[in-house]
Amino acid sequence: MLNPDLVGRTFEGVTSTTITAESISAFARSLGEPEIHLAPPTFAITISLEQSQSVLVESGLDWSRVVHGDQKFEIYTPLMAGMQISCNSTIESARVVAGNEIVTVRSDLINAGEVAVTSWSTLVFRA
Amino acid sequence: MSIFKVGEVLPAKTYIINRASLVAYANASGDQNPIHQDEDFAKSVGLENVIAHGMYTMGLVGQYVGRMAGSSSNVKEFSARFTKPVIVPANTDVELVVSATVVELTDEIARLELSVTCNDVKVLGMTKAVILL
Repeated sequence: MLNPDLVGRTFEGVTSTTITAESISAFARSLGEPEIHLAPPTFAITISLEQSQSVLVESGLDWSRVVHGDQKFEIYTPLMAGMQISCNSTIESARVVAGNEIVTVRSDLINAGEVAVTSWSTLVFRA
Repeated sequence: MSIFKVGEVLPAKTYIINRASLVAYANASGDQNPIHQDEDFAKSVGLENVIAHGMYTMGLVGQYVGRMAGSSSNVKEFSARFTKPVIVPANTDVELVVSATVVELTDEIARLELSVTCNDVKVLGMTKAVILL
């Protein structure tokens, strides 16, 4: 079970990710969009989910038991190739329902000191 | 002047999901969880068969929202609940049907509620988007 003291804590990303035109076009192509230069609305997940995974696994949760429950994005500035993104993840809530642990992580994707996209992932760790 | 009206249902679009598209999404997104590619593994953890990544399904809906908004750069908010898995048997094209209803309009934005079904089963719930006009 997640240590309740971690709720509210922010984990700053230790590395930054440079968004490439190739990563955007591969993601867009996999969604059936042949030619696109702007990141699809859900592209932020390629950065935020990995960070959430590392934070929660380090906090003792078993990633092999995870199911994605809810997802929300707020997009202030669309992600584009060339942006260098750092990601801060905050454990916003954690509760146990019927033995399943439900954790919501907010990830702020920061470009040049400004939050470009905020992603909230609610993850269910099955009992 | 908005091109939308409150209560208007926007044209539905059908997206095809199959095993090859799940592999392409896994490679592009980095989510290589075997429940999305390996039938034996999926069954070993109690699933009926391989299931689509929730974020793949949501990603396809995001493309729909971007199209309705004129560009993905006009999508300001997008959220969904993963209600039911999309089951993807081998050698099968699964159809994902997406449509939207305009529920609110202001001078700047439209708020959409989306319907996302697979074989008439709702697979995403509470699917909402805010787009810039």
